[in-house]
Amino acid sequence: MIQDTATEMEIWEWLKEVPDPEIPVLSIVDLGIVRGVQCAAQRGVTKIIITPTYSGCPAMVVIGEEIRSTMKRHGIEDLVLETALSPAWTTDWMSEAAKERLRAYGVAPPSRLVNIVGLSTEVTAGSIDSEGLVECPQCGSARTEMVSRYGSTACKALYKCKSCLEPFDAFKSH
Amino acid sequence: MQNKKSLFEYVLRLGDSCLILSQRLGEWCGHGPILEEDIALTNFALDLLGHARFWLSYAAELEGVGRDEDQLAFLRDSGEFRNLLLVEQENGDFAETIARQFYFDTWHLAMLEKLRGSNDEKVRAIAEKAAKEVRYHLQRSTDWVVRLGDGTAESKRRMQSAIDLLWTYTGEMLEMDAIDQEMLDCGIGVDLSVIREGWMEHVGKVFDEATLTTPATTWMQRGGKQGTHTERLGYILSEMQTMQRSYPGLEW
Repeated sequence: MIQDTATEMEIWEWLKEVPDPEIPVLSIVDLGIVRGVQCAAQRGVTKIIITPTYSGCPAMVVIGEEIRSTMKRHGIEDLVLETALSPAWTTDWMSEAAKERLRAYGVAPPSRLVNIVGLSTEVTAGSIDSEGLVECPQCGSARTEMVSRYGSTACKALYKCKSCLEPFDAFKSH
Repeated sequence: MQNKKSLFEYVLRLGDSCLILSQRLGEWCGHGPILEEDIALTNFALDLLGHARFWLSYAAELEGVGRDEDQLAFLRDSGEFRNLLLVEQENGDFAETIARQFYFDTWHLAMLEKLRGSNDEKVRAIAEKAAKEVRYHLQRSTDWVVRLGDGTAESKRRMQSAIDLLWTYTGEMLEMDAIDQEMLDCGIGVDLSVIREGWMEHVGKVFDEATLTTPATTWMQRGGKQGTHTERLGYILSEMQTMQRSYPGLEW
């Protein structure tokens, strides 16, 4: 049965069902694309605030449509999708569990440095480019090399592993 | 309010420069010298298209006559565009594309970093978002200028001729006009004399490293910001706008 109003928590759960169109192992919540949910008071309008990963990300249109159809499936018809640009999206919003799933999918996750005890966040901030910080998602080797900063999508760079010689995608720290 | 009309113009300039450069870079799709460059150039185009959409959507809102970003992009004629003359110049060879990009990126990043402190909330948000991406653009175009300049005799010759060719189009982006001044005075815009200083310094430093000769100060082309363009813009628009002109209101 469909309730008149859904709670904020329910909506967040439903949003986890919406995969990123380009990296389907991650949901839009995992990626930090959803920035806020405002619930409808008694049959009113529900507002969902999203932010683009990259300015020109062509997936945003599809993501908007997916949110609408998912919400509709759960009985929410009156939906306003709002795009917020500030604060600008960062890969720091990606959860640890999401990073693991990304690795299992074959994409090196962004900036593992954040998790290494003893290294400050300032080091992480400047590490966008540093070689060796990106580990091969196939064999785990740190002997990797960037082939191109621009890969198959705006959020990924193309890398090569010097240990197992496999090419792979790395999610850019941003 | 006079300010609102000027802010519309100011935002339109930023949006149009991003849009036209994006369209130019898109011409490289499938023609890049190597696969990685093909992808990089079109990634730049995509980023800039994203920025153009933010700026033009905001411009449309400020204008308040019911036009949207698409109408601004597809239904204006050459004289109504406010982009810099630099970005409408042809792709030429790879060196010319890189020179144009390098001149633009150096200016673009400096502008965005300053606009992050604008007292207009929307301008600030767009600048914050775009600056993160444009940092990569500048890094890459800088790397290429050095690599080609300090490369083979042939790459150096071409890079030098590209920076010389486009130099005359770099004046207007560093020069204040009445709208720039008004936006500066009300705390929204940027002081271009400050941008000029940083621009000259970075460009000079990179040309030195690239063993290139910084072009001599010369007479500069101007007019793009006010709507007087080179004939090249017309060709871009006729290609970019053909679908909406032929089938008004068409949607994918």
